[in-house]
Amino acid sequence: MEIPEGLLYTKEHEWIKIEGNLGTIGITDYAQNALGDITFVELPKVGDEVKQFKPFASVESVKAASDIYAPMSGKVVKLNEKLSTSPELINNSPYGDGWIAVIEISDEKEKENLMTAEEYKKYVEELSE
Amino acid sequence: MDLKSTPLLEEHKKLKAKIGEFAGWLMPIQYSGIIDEYYWTRKNCSVFDTCHMGEFIVHGDLKESNLDRVVTHDLENMEINRCSYGFILNEKGGIIDDLLIYKLQKDKWMLVVNAGTCEKDEKHLRKYINGLENISENTAKFDLQGPLSREVLKDILKDESDKLEKLKYYHFDYFSLFGENVIISRTGYTGELGYELYLSKKNVEKLWKLLLSDERVKPAGLGARDILRLEMGYPLYGNDINEDTTPLEAGFEKFVNLKKDFIGKSALLKQKKEGIKKMLVCLKSNSRRAPRHNYKIYLDGKEIGYVTSGTFSPILSCGIGMGYIEKDYFEIGKKVLIKDGKIEIEAVIVEKPFYKEGSLMK
Repeated sequence: MEIPEGLLYTKEHEWIKIEGNLGTIGITDYAQNALGDITFVELPKVGDEVKQFKPFASVESVKAASDIYAPMSGKVVKLNEKLSTSPELINNSPYGDGWIAVIEISDEKEKENLMTAEEYKKYVEELSE
Repeated sequence: MDLKSTPLLEEHKKLKAKIGEFAGWLMPIQYSGIIDEYYWTRKNCSVFDTCHMGEFIVHGDLKESNLDRVVTHDLENMEINRCSYGFILNEKGGIIDDLLIYKLQKDKWMLVVNAGTCEKDEKHLRKYINGLENISENTAKFDLQGPLSREVLKDILKDESDKLEKLKYYHFDYFSLFGENVIISRTGYTGELGYELYLSKKNVEKLWKLLLSDERVKPAGLGARDILRLEMGYPLYGNDINEDTTPLEAGFEKFVNLKKDFIGKSALLKQKKEGIKKMLVCLKSNSRRAPRHNYKIYLDGKEIGYVTSGTFSPILSCGIGMGYIEKDYFEIGKKVLIKDGKIEIEAVIVEKPFYKEGSLMK
């Protein structure tokens, strides 16, 4: 399972890549694998305010519908529109073409509530036990 | 509760299947991926482990054994080597189970029932039937489904390939494999050309491996099976039909022989006279969002029913489902709203099946 360095992770299996005051958000390899084939993504709107650890998007797989939680608070500035017709991008490339949204981070200190790659790896290993 | 496992559980694990609970059994949900397996079945040929299903043998005359009275099938007019689909009903006409019946000999029948209902079926059947034998423990079953399934089986059966070639829809025959008589019927749950194979447990691994040694064949799990059956509008017991729904409400009157006497008949006749209140309909959503079990169905703001099964249809690229609505609101083409919490799905009532291009009758 892939857990890239440099990203920050949530307990609900989202990741955020921080570049300046922008954060790109997606779900982890673990999450996409657990969900199975993703068939639908409900995206927020550009301009929506999202709150850390609150639902901001949802995905459906063949098996179930699940909420996606925002790793940090902020304003949505960009969406991966390709997901509306090709939600399988999340399965194929959870950290790349399967990104979900970019937010303008409102409070950088919220980083402290997230896990590093190493911490997330340990967390996932404990879950699988 | 202890979960049961089929004789192939270790084989599934070797194939890195995701294993999940279904009807009290540990079953392969998926191997390579549900949608992958789905397409492979529609285009090529998949093998499904269906050992979890239950099989009973009934010996004796149709009337004397009471079999004819506990099922809705038209057994009296059935020929040997034929299969028939129908129901076991309670006194209220509610569905205890849906099942296939095979006429093995003049006075010998095989009943094939759902895994989750096998125990309750046996209890119910034993109340009426003399000479019921539960052979589930030693019977293994596979479904081989897909447009290439006939060619695959012919290659395995060699000398008997002509016999397989001639096997018609809802017929079965015996084929010699590993020194035993394997029952193969041309039946299935996918809408594709396909077969169900019954053999003894001791040869199950050999046949599984033999089938998978053919590169046209891949294993498929319950995830793909659910999409395949739903695209055909086939009901899943426990979801779309149960003891509180009758075959009339579910739209399956053609699988009920009203010319004979059977448990639940008077309730059905009464319902027929008074008219059904609810009916099972097919729903097609206008987005990729899938209706799901227990979502509510609305028409002009009024709740008129509930979803019993739903999924994403890969071939139609949209959500599909089945559900019960109040009969008075039924109309093909009618637009409804399916809701659950903040989820809202616009959908249309359509005719079944959703998928019409299957190789079923090929």
